[in-house]
Amino acid sequence: MFKDYLQSIEGVEVYAIISMIIFITFFIGIIIWLFKVDKQYIKKMRELPLEKDSSMNFGEVHYKNPDKKN
Amino acid sequence: MELEKFSYDNGIVRKFAFATVLWGLVGMLVGILIATQLFAPALNFNIPFLTFGRIRPLHTNAVIFAFVGNAIFMGIYYSLQRLCKARMFSDLFSSIHFWGWQLIIVSAAITLPLGFTTSKEYAELEWPIDIAIALVWIAFGINMFGTILKRREKHMYVAIWFYIATWVTVTVLHVVNSIEIPVSFLKSYPIYAGVQDALVQWWYGHNAVAFFLTTPFLGLMYYYLPKAANRPVYSYKLSIVHFWTLIFIYIWAGPHHLLYSALPDWAQSLGTVFSIMLIAPSWGGMINGLLTLRGAWDRVRENPILKFMVVAITAYGMATFEGPMLSLKNVNAIAHFTDWIISHVHIGALGWNGFLTFGILYWLIPKLWKTELYSKKLANFHFWIGTLGIVFYASSMYWSGITQSLMWKQFTPLGTLQYPNFLETVLQIVPMYIIRMIGGSLYFVGVIVMAYNLIKTTRQGAFQKDEAAEAPPLVKFEDPFKKGLRHRWLEGKPIYFLFLALVAILIGGIIEFVPTFLIKSNIPTIASVKPYTPLELQGRDIYIREACNSCHSQLVRPFRSETERYGEYSKAGEYVYDHPFLWGSKRTGPDLHRVGGKYPNFWHYLHMENPSSMSPGSIMPSYPWLLTNDLDVSNTEKKIKVMRSIGVPYPDGYEEIALQDLHAQAEEITLDLQKSGAPAESDKEIIALIAYLQRLGKDIKAKNYSTNK
Repeated sequence: MFKDYLQSIEGVEVYAIISMIIFITFFIGIIIWLFKVDKQYIKKMRELPLEKDSSMNFGEVHYKNPDKKN
Repeated sequence: MELEKFSYDNGIVRKFAFATVLWGLVGMLVGILIATQLFAPALNFNIPFLTFGRIRPLHTNAVIFAFVGNAIFMGIYYSLQRLCKARMFSDLFSSIHFWGWQLIIVSAAITLPLGFTTSKEYAELEWPIDIAIALVWIAFGINMFGTILKRREKHMYVAIWFYIATWVTVTVLHVVNSIEIPVSFLKSYPIYAGVQDALVQWWYGHNAVAFFLTTPFLGLMYYYLPKAANRPVYSYKLSIVHFWTLIFIYIWAGPHHLLYSALPDWAQSLGTVFSIMLIAPSWGGMINGLLTLRGAWDRVRENPILKFMVVAITAYGMATFEGPMLSLKNVNAIAHFTDWIISHVHIGALGWNGFLTFGILYWLIPKLWKTELYSKKLANFHFWIGTLGIVFYASSMYWSGITQSLMWKQFTPLGTLQYPNFLETVLQIVPMYIIRMIGGSLYFVGVIVMAYNLIKTTRQGAFQKDEAAEAPPLVKFEDPFKKGLRHRWLEGKPIYFLFLALVAILIGGIIEFVPTFLIKSNIPTIASVKPYTPLELQGRDIYIREACNSCHSQLVRPFRSETERYGEYSKAGEYVYDHPFLWGSKRTGPDLHRVGGKYPNFWHYLHMENPSSMSPGSIMPSYPWLLTNDLDVSNTEKKIKVMRSIGVPYPDGYEEIALQDLHAQAEEITLDLQKSGAPAESDKEIIALIAYLQRLGKDIKAKNYSTNK
């Protein structure tokens, strides 16, 4: 049946393998990054849409001393 | 630090919100009409413009691009300005985007009923409109990136990533799938043929669902759900993993629309594998949405906005679990071509897209008009009647899909088909079609109530076109965060971000396409398969105009139940001259790939005039105009030339004698019809259509056909 088409491509397995490798590499990269990322950054980003007062959200002053945050 | 004063453009948000509700009502109303036609075919009133095949794409386009499209733009234009702490880049571009998009919708609403269509699902619009779409889309892109570039907030919130991925991918999809050669102002042929055309189309179709109905809405979810619940998203880290894996994997899964087709097997398997993998990021998004409400579920009981959002996210979870399951070949063998798929897409459209849009509207309109929602009671009513509508709709379509599929496959103990007459399997599910129409109508009533509620809300509030805001300017400063610099660096650079997202989606596309396009042996040619005659070609274009492929497939799958019913299963090599391919995706009527020679010409003549005269109880509409319309042959020469330019081997100079051939073949069919007693005339459209139907699938019936691998 369709196996005829499948077998007619030389080295067809390589496509599946390449795709798998690209994806897994990328995925692992993201996971490693997430383990290394600064927690304050994640906290800031999470709260970004909720910030009511636009003067309060600028990174430098506000976050350089995260301990002072209430 | 000095604060910069500026204003948010709420005017453009209001415009898109208005368009969302208006087109939502139109698209759903057309949906109810075609749902009704499926059990009352006379409701086409014998008018071409109101016939199922022509207005079914009107329904899908109106809902996807007009209703959901405008909702996306509404949601983006509001949230992007706030997340970037900047007004939209250019008011002019906002206007061009809005009015251009509405103009495209109107031109679709005119051309589709008139029969101008490319036949490709969710990309039916003809080439001049395709160009207009590209231009408007670019205007939107410039406006969006301009805003991101002049933002006052260094980091891009995850919603913006989804918006960027949406824009990039839709651009690529639209361009690749719309490469066509014009024949006339509103007629073109795609450069791809047969299997390749099918692969490109479903790569497009699948990813239109992914990047028009999913990613922008996930972006909206990440903004509006925290807003409505007044609490941050459950896990920002999860949103990052979920974003990258989603756009990476989604792009590969397109071939799952073509399982058991004549597409090479390796491409089908690739589609299945990636579809299964898709569960992970999809459910990552769903879980992230639902868990955002942890500890706040008591509020869901009281707040209709949160109710809508919870059901939307749940529907997303259900649809994205069901999708991968449908990609398993054994499940697909049952579900494909049936109403099961209709149910699946409506869980997504009515549940996910519809309900999230309603939730956003109920949140946004009082906000823009600085007032409270007019009636919470009506919103709750909308929620319940909408939910009930979805339940009626989905359950009836699951029931009908599975019933019909099992009937198609049922054999008697003697080994013959239990239900050899296709119509018998249709009549069995007609009651389900009625229930579906009721479900859709309930949903529609809910939307009318919402429209009323929102209008009343705007009446009691005061709209402010430009909302004053202030924020410190974005200055270059040292990144205050210690670790994990690179991804944040990326977020600070939207253009690099755009590029990387593009690479992620292109890798999938290229690895899928290149082998199919470059390796000739992927599509074995069959020596006995010849190009269509000029009359057949004209007939094929009538088939496309009437969108016969909305209800009839041209693809016999390699199952015994199908080869028994229809004949030899379909081979890739049979479609090499099909610009465009016409495999279809739904069998409301039987497959037509082997219909050639099955019935006499006279049968087709009477059947097109009134299908129930040949098949009592048939739900196919009548096509009386085909018997009286003159066939337009003026473009025959051009069509042959265009076909040759895209690889159909008509001999040089054939276009000059094409008309002669056309008339000769038409005379032959007309004589045969007249002998049978039909008052046929050789210059009518029906003759060309019969010529095409009688040709279908016949090439390989020629004795001793040989495959050339």
